[in-house]
Amino acid sequence: MIVVENLSYSVASAQILTDVSVTLPKGGITALIGPNGAGKSSLFSHIARLLPMQSGRITVDGMDVAPSNRQELARKLAILPQQAHFATRLTVKELVQFGRYPHCQGRLRTEDHEMVEASLHAFGLMPLAGRFLDTLSGGQRHKAHVAMTYAQDTDYLLLDEPLNNLDIAASRALMALLRRLADEEGKTIVIVLHDINFAAQYADHLVVLKDGRIEREGKPADMVTGALLADVFRTDAQVAVVGDTPFVMP
Amino acid sequence: MLICSILLAVCCVLFMTLESRGNWDFVLWFRGRKLAALLLVGAAVSTATLLFQTISRNHILTPSIMGFDALFTLIVTLAVFTIGAAGYNHLPPELVFFVNLFLLIGAALLLFGTLLGQHRVDLMRMVLTGIIFGVLFRSLTSFVFRMIDPSEFATIQVSSYARFNYIELNLLWLAAGLTLLTLVLCWRMRRQLDVLSLGFEIATNLGEPVARRQKHALVLVAVLVAVSTALVGPVAFLGLLVVSIARLIAPNETHAVLIPLSALIAGIVLVGGQTILERVLGMSTPLAVVIDFVGGFVFLALLLRRGWT
Repeated sequence: MIVVENLSYSVASAQILTDVSVTLPKGGITALIGPNGAGKSSLFSHIARLLPMQSGRITVDGMDVAPSNRQELARKLAILPQQAHFATRLTVKELVQFGRYPHCQGRLRTEDHEMVEASLHAFGLMPLAGRFLDTLSGGQRHKAHVAMTYAQDTDYLLLDEPLNNLDIAASRALMALLRRLADEEGKTIVIVLHDINFAAQYADHLVVLKDGRIEREGKPADMVTGALLADVFRTDAQVAVVGDTPFVMP
Repeated sequence: MLICSILLAVCCVLFMTLESRGNWDFVLWFRGRKLAALLLVGAAVSTATLLFQTISRNHILTPSIMGFDALFTLIVTLAVFTIGAAGYNHLPPELVFFVNLFLLIGAALLLFGTLLGQHRVDLMRMVLTGIIFGVLFRSLTSFVFRMIDPSEFATIQVSSYARFNYIELNLLWLAAGLTLLTLVLCWRMRRQLDVLSLGFEIATNLGEPVARRQKHALVLVAVLVAVSTALVGPVAFLGLLVVSIARLIAPNETHAVLIPLSALIAGIVLVGGQTILERVLGMSTPLAVVIDFVGGFVFLALLLRRGWT
């Protein structure tokens, strides 16, 4: 369970987050959605300890997200930032091996090697293990990054807009994979999404932000309505229901 | 790595033995000290460059492009200007060296620590800042040159040009100890450095205190630059040259491979180059000129190949 209490954040004179308090449940997929500039990524970055906290408190399973808990947090919570660019040339396998760093500080033991192999297998990356990252397609590189966080073997996985620059097939494959991790391995996944339809289709819990505040939260089927789009996104799109999943007409 | 070790050994043997007539005791002592200094400088410059490239996450920048050794020269110049050449030469060189070192570390943390502390390092801003700092330090130095007494100028001149023939031997033991200590610290940091090269977000994800590690590395870089500049003066492109070659031939880009490999290559370039200059070309050109000439071309090639593709 990730608990955010009274989190505020401002840059220069702009207030990005205002007194945000929210509890993200353990298990399943939680999606953070909201219009551009609502503070989704700022909230994400605070939970991922990428931004220094100005005021408020965040705990993960009761453990404070503070610099002193850095090492333990790295074994509890993995983050996948928006596409990272590396200065060094790395192979897929070398990247995935870095996922074991919080456990072994770079000295890989037998169990670490096993975990790396398992991760490469799980993501179908075995044939690409020796390839350099810069020779892969965007989708493959993405998979390698997810494989690294998988090898980190944490209870929580946080992803910031992972569907950017992915085509429909790669997006669906990634979301199906996250679904599988949540259902079969009991991982908790928190994901920042732009596409409401993907959120409605794959997430168990939606948290909607607007102007740096939590606007509302709940199950996708109850949340994604014409009213939400009108109030939060200020657009009067039609919402159809396919099966029991709401679907926003573009 | 093995081939490089053998090559370096060959260079060292040639350097020690070619055209050595007469008293072996003298030859070994005289050339041995020079050889030790060259190897030290090679390892110090290459490691400093490698560390700096890792924390700035950029393969084109080096401490000297960012004005590190210009800063060192400026500090020496200001010292001579304020206390006079007589006073300066009177001071124990060890004291001068340590004062210089601490000033350099302080200035480096102040100038580059803040720049690196930002989450996303903007390459263009880094390069521009470095060039501006470098020019600023050099112009300040030459400004002081103009106001200074000619005899005092001679004192500074010794420390502001690269010299491999005359090496400050009184500093050699001190420099050797300090360099080896720093190199050991760098070596122990190698796995953390690997993680740092993945960038702020991923290194944070893996539990590394990025800002603190960057400051550690910056202090180590400052020590290594100070040592090599105090021993032989500024060599602008040596680090870039050897680290780029090391990256080209390295089987993988972990620091466990790159640190020793680039130190070996630096040794080959310095010892081999010095041997050729002394024995074949008869001291006609300073080694620094050759290294800067070749290194300049490597820098341009890297810029054109990587920067704008």
